Amino acid sequence: MIPATFEYHRPDSVPGAISLLQQHGDDARVVAGGHSLIPMMKLRMAAPGHLIDLQGIADLRGVEVGDTIRIGALTTQSEILAHAGLAEAAPILIEAARQIADPQVRNLGTLGGNVANGDPGNDMPALMMCLDASFALAGPDGTREVAAREFYEAPYVTAREEEEILTAVSFARPPRGHAYEKQKRKIGDYATAAAAVLIAADGGRVTSASVAMTNLADVPVFSAAAGAALVGTDCGPDAVRTAVAAMQGDIDPVEDNRGPVEFKRHVAGVILARAIARAWSRA
Amino acid sequence: MKDLPDSEERRANLKGLGCARKRVEDARFTQGKGNYVDDIKLPGMLFGDFVRSPYAHARVKSIDAAAALALPGVVAVLTAKDLEPLGLHWMPTLAGDKQMVLADGKVLFQGQEVAFVVATDRYIAADAVELVEVDYEDLPVVVDPFKAQEPDAPVLREDLEGVTEGAHGPRRHHNHIFTWEQGDAAGTTAAIDASEVIAEETIYYHRTHPCPLETCGCVASMDKINGKLTVYGTFQAPHVVRTVASLLSGIDEHNIRVVSPDIGGGFGNKVGVYPGYVCSIVATIVTGKPVKWVEDRMENMMATAFARDYWMKGRIGATKDGRITGLHAHVTADHGAFDACADPTKFPAGFFHICTGSYDIPVAYCAVDGIYTNKAPGGVAYRCSFRVTEAAYFIERMIEILAIKLGMDAAELRRINFIRADQFPYTSALGWEYDSGDYHTAWDKALKAVDYAGLRREQAARVEAFKRGETRRLLGIGLTHFTEIVGAGPVKNCDILGMGMFDSCEIRIHPTGSAIARLGTISQGQGHATTFAQILASETGIPADKITIEEGDTDTAPYGLGTYGSRSTPVAGAATAMAGRKIRAKAQMIAAYLLEVHDNDLEWDIDRFVVKGAPERFKTMAEIAYAAYNQAIPGVEPGLEAVSYYDPPNMTYPFGAYVCVMEIDVDTGEHEIRQFYALDDCGTRINPMIIEGQVHGGLTEALAIAMGQEIAYDDMGNVRTGTLMDFFLPTAWETPNYQTDWTETPSPHHPIGAKGVGESPNVGGVPAFSNAVHDAFRAFGLTQTHMPHDHWRIWRTARDLGLHG
Ligand SMILES: Cc1cc2nc3c(=O)[nH]c(=O)nc-3n(C[C@H](O)[C@H](O)[C@H](O)COP(=O)(O)OP(=O)(O)OC[C@H]3O[C@@H](n4cnc5c(N)ncnc54)[C@H](O)[C@@H]3O)c2cc1C
Repeated sequence: MIPATFEYHRPDSVPGAISLLQQHGDDARVVAGGHSLIPMMKLRMAAPGHLIDLQGIADLRGVEVGDTIRIGALTTQSEILAHAGLAEAAPILIEAARQIADPQVRNLGTLGGNVANGDPGNDMPALMMCLDASFALAGPDGTREVAAREFYEAPYVTAREEEEILTAVSFARPPRGHAYEKQKRKIGDYATAAAAVLIAADGGRVTSASVAMTNLADVPVFSAAAGAALVGTDCGPDAVRTAVAAMQGDIDPVEDNRGPVEFKRHVAGVILARAIARAWSRA
Repeated sequence: MKDLPDSEERRANLKGLGCARKRVEDARFTQGKGNYVDDIKLPGMLFGDFVRSPYAHARVKSIDAAAALALPGVVAVLTAKDLEPLGLHWMPTLAGDKQMVLADGKVLFQGQEVAFVVATDRYIAADAVELVEVDYEDLPVVVDPFKAQEPDAPVLREDLEGVTEGAHGPRRHHNHIFTWEQGDAAGTTAAIDASEVIAEETIYYHRTHPCPLETCGCVASMDKINGKLTVYGTFQAPHVVRTVASLLSGIDEHNIRVVSPDIGGGFGNKVGVYPGYVCSIVATIVTGKPVKWVEDRMENMMATAFARDYWMKGRIGATKDGRITGLHAHVTADHGAFDACADPTKFPAGFFHICTGSYDIPVAYCAVDGIYTNKAPGGVAYRCSFRVTEAAYFIERMIEILAIKLGMDAAELRRINFIRADQFPYTSALGWEYDSGDYHTAWDKALKAVDYAGLRREQAARVEAFKRGETRRLLGIGLTHFTEIVGAGPVKNCDILGMGMFDSCEIRIHPTGSAIARLGTISQGQGHATTFAQILASETGIPADKITIEEGDTDTAPYGLGTYGSRSTPVAGAATAMAGRKIRAKAQMIAAYLLEVHDNDLEWDIDRFVVKGAPERFKTMAEIAYAAYNQAIPGVEPGLEAVSYYDPPNMTYPFGAYVCVMEIDVDTGEHEIRQFYALDDCGTRINPMIIEGQVHGGLTEALAIAMGQEIAYDDMGNVRTGTLMDFFLPTAWETPNYQTDWTETPSPHHPIGAKGVGESPNVGGVPAFSNAVHDAFRAFGLTQTHMPHDHWRIWRTARDLGLHG
């Protein structure tokens, strides 16, 4: 549980961090809250020769709440939970953040690290897909935006280039109907299955719906079909059944200590149905 | 005339027996001022770390340490070859087997110690571990104790090739360790065969781990000038470690000092002797420098002693109206690669034969087969007396299963079969003499407290609602009435490596009326410094606040067998009371001299001797202590000290009645504990607050074990639960509210009637939680499903019963 030797860097600007990444290539990793990376280093599953700490970069902080919501990469889960503007504008973020780990982890773990990590167990990636968020990536050639729904390629493999830094996450103010439903074995555990659902409604009918699932495939899963199945319905039992069936077609869980595939599929269905019900009740 | 404080006030001032005295340890612990092994830093100290096997079974073809030795700061890399000339490449286990200290030709479990790296700092040691190259050739792995017994199963212990006589009798297979039997086999089978109703079931108590917050470790320091070896370590039995260290190393025992500093939880994990201790001692002798070794969490769970892993096949007979006629048990015990159980020597399956529980069963038989597999060694008593939790789980499940077979209420079935209060002392069919108990009273109190009849009505209504599709939650009522056997134990039949399991206390009263007492036990969170002072306060009249309790340093404490198996209060607590009585006897002579009366003219009154019939004439213990050091008293030696070594005449038998009310979601497998009622009878209650704390802690461990905690292996012998992400350690979030209660049935043979309580909640809690899960599904035809009852397993039970529609 002791990491291998590494050099520690603490740049104070995004360009400074990028130039360090350029200099050290794949021997370098950035660290934000450290609550995914450092455990892996302690297990020596990751052994970067250079650790570039982002905590000195003021530009990566800050939350802006307007029609669009923009959250700096270094914003911690605790800061999200304490932010009154976010609670009003995007309560789903609060509901999800509260279900991540425990206060100690949330005090250090950042939104940027959570979405950049590329672990299908992280909760924020599916939520960001559900929100149709976009990630700002700053690299040697400037900044580009990548949609969360396009970002995740394989476990720990994302659209982020090695020399890029994720600087912020932004998304449009979501509809009122929302739920993040998560089953876990205990506090501090990743999801057995989790569902993010956003629903907009008008006159007792769903006008738009978005569904994404956590830890049920090797990447977070956005289920366009599940969302589509709800549109135009009143989220009654048939609609929910159709949405769940559609979601089942998009996930691909594997057996682990949380249980066998059949169990995970069953729970995914139950969790999604509950999330839809709760989101509908708030829509 | 002196102002006489009234007796109530004087008694309260003592904070003796029965007082909910605050724990004196906590001021230190809650401020982070404890002193644990890892806090010990000696000048020039080196650090050890292990190269461990990634394989569960493999031949070690070669070990190349050259690259590691070339790393600046690396002092030595020890392998079995280096230990062999000292005869230390293997070591004896407490169970009569032997165990590799470092891999000798092969490895037998994942995480086994292969080489010991010693370096000038902890980080260099960790880096050097990566540089040691070990060439393995993998061998077939067996992790299933039944497959291990097949004729062509791989031979695990080549060192035992051809050895047909083990430490506990004949071995009938190359992976067989022992068969141990108790009771009347033929009589039991005949009685059950002739019964009107017979229930049979196999009950698995899965492998788990005590997982104390502080892992195991030590600092060994050889002083080459005076030839004295000091070992600081996380030892639950420091004196035994000293004796073993002397026998193994050849160093005279007086030249070894073993110190257990503050210990952050033990739960049985810290009873045994581990390779890390041996290697640290060798390394300090070789280098002449102190050597520290502290394992990390993963090493702790992978390589140091596990608990349970018992496959228990039961057969129970009864009359139609529920009188039990006989109990038959056969256990397949998975001991892993070496038999490193920590049981009294003559009991290879501990006290499993307490498995008749709280019931008056006319005839019984149990047999245990110990088996080698490619898993970590151990088999310790995780917060229980030796194999008592397994036994309690077994009988409390068998009772439930019999109730199902009889179509009877499980509470009523228990009541019918309880040993009655007038039957104590009671000799069980498997040979134990239960000291005292009043089970019916406790049971009735418990059932009344939870409104048992009301719960059953609610449950029946819930089942109907479920069948109508109105709810997806079931209600389980988990009952347990357990009887423990703790306080090992009488020297005539209990020993550890030949050392009789007595315990000890030495008291010195200081001239100004305060005192220090030292014991052969060692607290790991039990609060000995608080409670033992209370025993002494009541015995000697010196306020508990003026008594220092010290344990754990073999240079100062009297010899004792340590703390585990709830033996501290039954044995060392008794020694403490007896030593206190010796103090009082001498004090009486001194008081008689001072008051110029005959000894027999005095009587003891809380904190003083009073002349009978003349209450204004007295000497307080403080005055007597002063006189003991300041006055020449004819015929009485100066000073006021006493030592007592206590050999208990019998064990003690605490008991309790627990009820767990649990809601279960059949779709997700999640549970919610709505109520947990725990009535404990531990005899005389020394400190009710500490008892309650012990019960809370033990129940929480029981919750963990029953509902999720396990050490699981895959078929290749890889540990699947090596971190706290997968190994369930409950936090406040998962922990329910507990409702504690008590009855008080003193032990007739213990000087103050106390029995021991620290482990009861684990022993009784596990079946209570598990029975609640089973009970929830009883209406749908479930008889047995194995722990741990985590989400997916509960879900599977529901699916198998067709509850997912
Ligand atoms: C006990 C425990 C329980 C947990 N449970 C959960 C849970 O239930 N749900 C959950 O979602 N998470 C959980 N986590 C993970 C936690 O939320 C992490 O904090 C989070 O995954 C990563 O954020 P971080 O800021 O700590 O990133 P770090 O650990 O610092 O980095 C993670 C990865 O992202 C990269 N990275 C970080 N920031 C950037 C950036 N700005 N640009 C580019 N790359 C970057 C790093 O190089 C690294 O590869 C748990 C962690 C622990 C220790």
